[in-house]
Amino acid sequence: MTKGEPRVHARPNPQPETRTQVVITALNKTRRMFLNVLPILAGMLLLIGAAVALLPQHISATLFGGPALLDAFKGSAMGSIATGMPVFSYVLGKGLFDAGVGMTAVTALILSWVTVGMVQLPAESLLLGHRFALLRNAVSFALSFVTALLVSWTLGVLS
Amino acid sequence: MKPEDGKQQGRRSSRTGWWFLGVAVILQLVLTLVAPEAAAKARLVSWRLIKGIVPLLLLVFLLIFLSNLLLQDRWIRRFVGRSSGVRGYAVAALAGIISAGPIYVWYPLLQDMRSKGMKDALIAVFLYNRAVKLQWLPILVGYFGIEYTLVLSFWMVIAGLVQGLIFEIFE
Repeated sequence: MTKGEPRVHARPNPQPETRTQVVITALNKTRRMFLNVLPILAGMLLLIGAAVALLPQHISATLFGGPALLDAFKGSAMGSIATGMPVFSYVLGKGLFDAGVGMTAVTALILSWVTVGMVQLPAESLLLGHRFALLRNAVSFALSFVTALLVSWTLGVLS
Repeated sequence: MKPEDGKQQGRRSSRTGWWFLGVAVILQLVLTLVAPEAAAKARLVSWRLIKGIVPLLLLVFLLIFLSNLLLQDRWIRRFVGRSSGVRGYAVAALAGIISAGPIYVWYPLLQDMRSKGMKDALIAVFLYNRAVKLQWLPILVGYFGIEYTLVLSFWMVIAGLVQGLIFEIFE
């Protein structure tokens, strides 16, 4: 090759992946992710089982009855620790409401039940990062408290 | 908040995941020795949960496979990435509202989407809006009335957006 000639690449351009190769690559990626996630989900399901077995199944209305803000805080705290289908929080909330617990506390319980997950926190940390999981749960806890107050205020205005 | 590289986080979660499972198994063994009845109940609850989430987990991994196969990273960046703007919030909120099943089933898909460019604020919006449970709304209406349900759902969506904005500050 003389000095002025354009340089010829020794390596040929990479061949575009065939359809089969694309599918195999996607399958391998999914398989790797499944194997990463499997022990985390299995461990978390064992923890949830233990939490349900060990934590009290009923929240007594006598735990409430203080100032509305304190009750809302207690509702948020209890909902954060509790785990299970959201409908359980409705049943529990209705029972507490009928027993005289304020709507703000009941709403805080319902909200934190579905937005804050102390039992799921380890799995969330491992899959989405510690910082993300802690910040999300902390903000969700604070928001459950604030939102409960806003719901009560709105209902008051509407009525 | 600096998102981790997908492969880096995958390796980390794989290693730590097995340790986590080991700790959970040891706790179960301790519980069996200390409180056999509670341990039996715990195993029953776990087994019921496993049976309940298997179909949903299959669906989620099918979605992950399809996203690996069909979705281009630039599409994810466009719709739920850093410059997705209001559209990103709308997409994440709507997806959160219509998603079903337990929250932890969606972690793998969100981890995958994040590695492709989804921003943390929108992951938070998605997770918060899962609080609006469409399938349980009739029961909520039955217990607390239509007015309460509408007001609660409205504020939940607003709170989800606020959470996303808070995350924007840290990103």
